[in-house]
Amino acid sequence: MITVYHYMAVSAILFSLGTFGVLTRKNAIVIFMCIELMLNSVNLTFIALSRHLGSMDGQVFVFFIMTVAAAEAAVGLALMISFYRNRESIDVDDINLLKW
Amino acid sequence: MYDKLWLIPFFPLVGSIINGLLGKKIKNEKVIGGISTVAIALSFVVSCKYFFQLLGDTDKTHESIVASWMSVGSLQVDWGFLLDPLSALMIMVVTGVGSLIHLYSIGYMHGEEGFYRFFSYLNLFCFSMLMLVLGNNALVMFVGWEGVGLCSYLLIGYYFEKKSAGDAAKKAFVVNRIGDFGFLLGLFLLFWTLGSKGVWTIQFTEIAANAHLLESGGVIVTIITLCFFLGACGKSAQIPLFTWLPDAMEGPTPVSALIHAATMVTAGVYMIGRMCGLFAMAPTTMMVVATVGAATALFAATIGLAQNDIKRVLAYSTVSQLGYMFLAMGVGAFSAGIFHLMTHAFFKACLFLGSGSVIHGMHHGYHHAHLHDDPQDMRNMGGLRKKMPITFITFLVSTIAISGIPLFSGFFSKDEILWWSFGSNRGHWSLWLLGAIAAGMTAFYMFRLVFMTFYGEQRTDARAKDHIPESPLTITIPLMVLGVLAVIGGYVGVPAILGGANHIHHYFEPVFGEAIKLNNISAHGSHATEYALMAISVGIAVFGIFLAWTMYVKNPALPGQFVAKFTGLHRVIFNKWYVDEIYDALFVNPTKRLGTFLWRGIDVRVVDGIVNGVGKLVNVGSMLLRYTQTGYVHNYAFMMVVGMLFIVGFYILR
Repeated sequence: MITVYHYMAVSAILFSLGTFGVLTRKNAIVIFMCIELMLNSVNLTFIALSRHLGSMDGQVFVFFIMTVAAAEAAVGLALMISFYRNRESIDVDDINLLKW
Repeated sequence: MYDKLWLIPFFPLVGSIINGLLGKKIKNEKVIGGISTVAIALSFVVSCKYFFQLLGDTDKTHESIVASWMSVGSLQVDWGFLLDPLSALMIMVVTGVGSLIHLYSIGYMHGEEGFYRFFSYLNLFCFSMLMLVLGNNALVMFVGWEGVGLCSYLLIGYYFEKKSAGDAAKKAFVVNRIGDFGFLLGLFLLFWTLGSKGVWTIQFTEIAANAHLLESGGVIVTIITLCFFLGACGKSAQIPLFTWLPDAMEGPTPVSALIHAATMVTAGVYMIGRMCGLFAMAPTTMMVVATVGAATALFAATIGLAQNDIKRVLAYSTVSQLGYMFLAMGVGAFSAGIFHLMTHAFFKACLFLGSGSVIHGMHHGYHHAHLHDDPQDMRNMGGLRKKMPITFITFLVSTIAISGIPLFSGFFSKDEILWWSFGSNRGHWSLWLLGAIAAGMTAFYMFRLVFMTFYGEQRTDARAKDHIPESPLTITIPLMVLGVLAVIGGYVGVPAILGGANHIHHYFEPVFGEAIKLNNISAHGSHATEYALMAISVGIAVFGIFLAWTMYVKNPALPGQFVAKFTGLHRVIFNKWYVDEIYDALFVNPTKRLGTFLWRGIDVRVVDGIVNGVGKLVNVGSMLLRYTQTGYVHNYAFMMVVGMLFIVGFYILR
């Protein structure tokens, strides 16, 4: 029997993987994908709990998150293209102008 | 009937604004001087109308409210004017003498830089002075009081490029500030004391009507009147605040005549007259006023004996004569004090304008010969009576008047004061003695001035001596008018024992009568005493004149021998009893040192230290904190995760 706890565990693992990826990888696209992974793990939590509690509120939030994620993807990718045109790189270590 | 009173201060204000704003563009001296003179002359015409209207009126006190100024709680302050015999006489003096001096200034200030500025200030002064004397409440009076102080400052510092003039202006302003502080304290105390009895007012008529609420002779009324007297001391140059007036002679001579002789410096006397109801209730204050007045009269006269600058002698003479007025106020002879104020305005304005005419001529001579001698030093003068006959005659007439020779104006007013200081129940024979000695000295130093300036050998540099002309008509006409007034001005107050009706005394009855009656002030004495006192004071004056004649005409070597014999005494008097030096040592220098300490010690070290310290702290803190801003996305992301973990951990583990 697959209970809500299993869903939570999967989503926690996915979230951790995403976080780990954001912190360790240097390629901006990979970091971006890791962020998507984190968002979707949250979505999974929402869906699972929504089902478990018999309430539609969580699913409503999921739609919001998906919308925001889509917008974010558009903006983020545009930034990266723009950055690549300037620096010919999408390595986040090269994004270092904003420092002391 | 009296609702156009506001016109009187209005005209000079308009003149001042026009000249102040447009004078630089008008440039033409005749137009600028004309505007100012016409403005004040119009005021004089209006004043005359109201003065004679008041003379014929049975009701002697009239108020005219123009607008409401402020209304705070139960206190209502209006821009209101008060016309009674006292203020009517004052506006006549201010506008009359003022008009003459404006006319005089056109000739005297000819060719000066900032001609328009001078006339703008002069008109502004007249406006302030008229507000002072016409105000129906203490606040309007205070506006005028501060206004004349400001104009005095501006006009003393008229030649501001000269350091001594700037210093003198500052000195006058600061010393006056001490007096103003007293005035305000007195006003606050009076306001709250009357208020606590249920009468919230600062209007003079209401204060006079409610004065009985204060305890007669009590501590409160004594303190109130002493505070007011401090204000009067500052404005009217009495001991201990007289030191600014002689320095004020740095201003142009017409200013000395108008502000520092005829009008502004008499504001203190006027104020005591206005508050006579309160002063009469405080015998202690009256005694202080009389003593200070008599002491000032004598003290300033001694300094006048040894000065060589023609304007300084007149300045000390002014201080001395103001002392007489305060002596009169202090012994309850209010009408005599104001009477002397009036006659003094005539003869002292004439004397100052005459000295201005002399300086003008001397300056002309030196200018012609390209010399830079001091045109105000009497040691450079002598024998001028043939060069400037009109100036000489008017000057001589005024000198006789101030010396108290019978038939001239000063005799009547001064004698009235001396009689009251002897015979009044608030007076004392010692006050009379001080006054009489001062009168003798006045006669001496004034005739010394005349003899040194107009008689004997001409001591002017040979290259300049033949180029000293009589002054132009704009200068001599005011001199002649004032000279005539200096002779006849006294006949409004011929005392009863000389067969006169003492009109001025009856004229002031509605203002001072009640205060005098309520507080039982009166002068008693037999006719024989009165005649004897009169004879003595005339005798002293004649003796003073004789002495001056002996020393400066008959035997000009005498003063030198005298100085050689009493070197120490002469040096002390010549240096004005070292009062300025004593004040410097006692007050000015400690204050400066305190200021330096506050600047170097408190301001630079403590205040700046705190401010700069805060800045440095922020600087150092941000130096350390900026290392957290690495610019790497990973570091920021890591921080976010750590922060998240921390917050989540806090909620889970708590």
